[in-house]
Amino acid sequence: MNIHEYQGKEILRKYGVAVPNGRVAFSPEEAVKVAKELGSNVTVVKAQIHAGGRGKAGGVKIAKNLEEVRTYAKELLGKILVTHQTGPEGKEVKRLYIEEGSDIEKEYYLSFILDRATSRVTLMGSEEGGMDIEEVAEKTPEKIFKEVIDPVTGLLPFQARRMAFNMNIPSKLVNKAAKLMLGLYEAFIDKDASILEINPLVVTGNGEVMALDAKFNFDSNALYRHKDIIELRDFDEEDPKEIEASKYDLSYISLDGNIGCMVNGAGLAMATMDTISYYGGQPANFLDVGGGATTEKVTEAFKIILSDPQVKGIFVNIFGGIMKCDVIAEGVIAAAKQVGLEVPLVVRLEGTNVERGKELLNASGLNIVAADSMADGAEKIVKLVG
Amino acid sequence: MSVYINADTKVIVQGITGETALFHTKQMLEYGTKIVAGVTPGKGGQVIEGVPVFNTVQEAVQETGANVSVIYVPAPFAADAIIEAVDAELDLTICITEHIPVLDMVKVKRYMEGKKTRLVGPNCPGVITADECKIGIMPGYIHKKGHVGVVSRSGTLTYEAVHQLTQAGIGQSTAVGIGGDPVNGTNFIDVLKEFNNDPETYAVVMIGEIGGTAEEEAAEWIKANMTKPVVGFIGGQTAPPGKRMGHAGAIISGGKGTAKEKIKAMNEAGIEVAETPSVIGETLIKVIKEKGLYEKCKTH
Repeated sequence: MNIHEYQGKEILRKYGVAVPNGRVAFSPEEAVKVAKELGSNVTVVKAQIHAGGRGKAGGVKIAKNLEEVRTYAKELLGKILVTHQTGPEGKEVKRLYIEEGSDIEKEYYLSFILDRATSRVTLMGSEEGGMDIEEVAEKTPEKIFKEVIDPVTGLLPFQARRMAFNMNIPSKLVNKAAKLMLGLYEAFIDKDASILEINPLVVTGNGEVMALDAKFNFDSNALYRHKDIIELRDFDEEDPKEIEASKYDLSYISLDGNIGCMVNGAGLAMATMDTISYYGGQPANFLDVGGGATTEKVTEAFKIILSDPQVKGIFVNIFGGIMKCDVIAEGVIAAAKQVGLEVPLVVRLEGTNVERGKELLNASGLNIVAADSMADGAEKIVKLVG
Repeated sequence: MSVYINADTKVIVQGITGETALFHTKQMLEYGTKIVAGVTPGKGGQVIEGVPVFNTVQEAVQETGANVSVIYVPAPFAADAIIEAVDAELDLTICITEHIPVLDMVKVKRYMEGKKTRLVGPNCPGVITADECKIGIMPGYIHKKGHVGVVSRSGTLTYEAVHQLTQAGIGQSTAVGIGGDPVNGTNFIDVLKEFNNDPETYAVVMIGEIGGTAEEEAAEWIKANMTKPVVGFIGGQTAPPGKRMGHAGAIISGGKGTAKEKIKAMNEAGIEVAETPSVIGETLIKVIKEKGLYEKCKTH
């Protein structure tokens, strides 16, 4: 789960991490009011969307007076920002972060991520701040430093200092930078983050070390123990079908095609998309109904697929392990009866309770095309959709 | 022969009183798996499906001599269950549970350093040695005893591959689901080493998916060490970047972890990669025919 920059900075303040003063604003009037209260010479007006690359896309403006704050706020609110992370359709700006300007001397990069190769949280830092870190990694890998963190001890002060020295932070500010890193690590662990990226971290003219941006991503598997983080979720930033799916613990991702897919197991769901594409079709979604799905869950999953106006046909591909085929069949039948089924439906069932599942579908009176295998099913649905 | 588990394996079911665990305990017993104990704290003394229930893993081991456990405990308590299994010095613990917070797994992995227990999973279908021992959630009937080892990050895709092999008359030695989480116990290379050393395994199917670099590392290992033919498949060739495809570990981030890169690394290591999941079986058969292993794989 992602949150906005301003929400991330609010979390960081609680962990003693220095961030510039600022507040969220939902209208130009509010933006001006916040800027007035901040009373700084220069005010930054920042578009709040869940995507990086906002600066380059024109989503960050520097205002020299309150009139400029108003102008920029008007310009940004409602604007569709297209960055390298939003996709071509972009994202509408609905919130702004109004922040006091900082006297930036130098920009650095800092992040905490989970390193899969070592199964450890890793601190990464570089003196090449404000840039795309993947670009830095490619062009000047020697400028990226890493500290692997033992979960027993946590990030140690000497590691934080070593990182600060490696990043060429001015000697007199190393302790400040190290303290900031320790605060970031504490926030990362406390909140079950999976990414915490500060890009840029800055050193200011008056000798402060501050997080000028904050990008948090949280482990969705750990949200059950973080009610405060769940409250920060911004539904405007998510696909409505994905929101609906998440209510039922379904793993659903919207795609561009016209063949709806309902599959059990993430691997099989991906492979089903691949197979549909192989036969010349386009999947409309990724949908893993999971292992312990009930009839109700399957019914909801089916309804979500049918709510997508792009869907011209549905392929149900089930290989039951934990998931029982009869439960899938019951769900499909219930959903088709509740919402009406006007598009072709191809069903492939295999695995636990497969015979019972097939019997139920046959007896349902629904117009279902049976498939013998994943390839057979994919080929059939692609043909039916045309 | 087989890897990790066989007819002598004595199994504890951790979380045996839960609904899913009960269903699969019955299925495992029907398959012939020697389930000697269950563990649910506070339910010690009960008998479920003829299996005695204990309060702790340690007690279950002492009373029954079990050497392997399978975990169906809900995600918030699963990391603790794994550590309990490791503390009881089992040879192997297989964690089926999905959605375990990743930082919990980071601690588990740290705890396991230097300990004797191997962990398979979490978020996996389990391990099966056909006709001998089934531990996990896979449907037993699709498996057939034989000589092809299967290792996979995805549960249902493993079933898909096994089913194709069995239908073509090709049996399996052991099928190991290593799970779809970014931090897991056993990786591809661990299992490949076992298959390489197992005299009864003649060829291997390796099923990966997008995210991370485990397939690339495995490909490198295979190139340098593997004496047996390996065929592969990578799921997620059409997955969009930046989206987590169900499995916590299946995500293309920062342009890394794509199916294309993985397939390239595997091809370079001499691994034939099936174009679609439907031809995993066919691809394996083609390769073992080329290597003159087909007849050997047909019999057991």
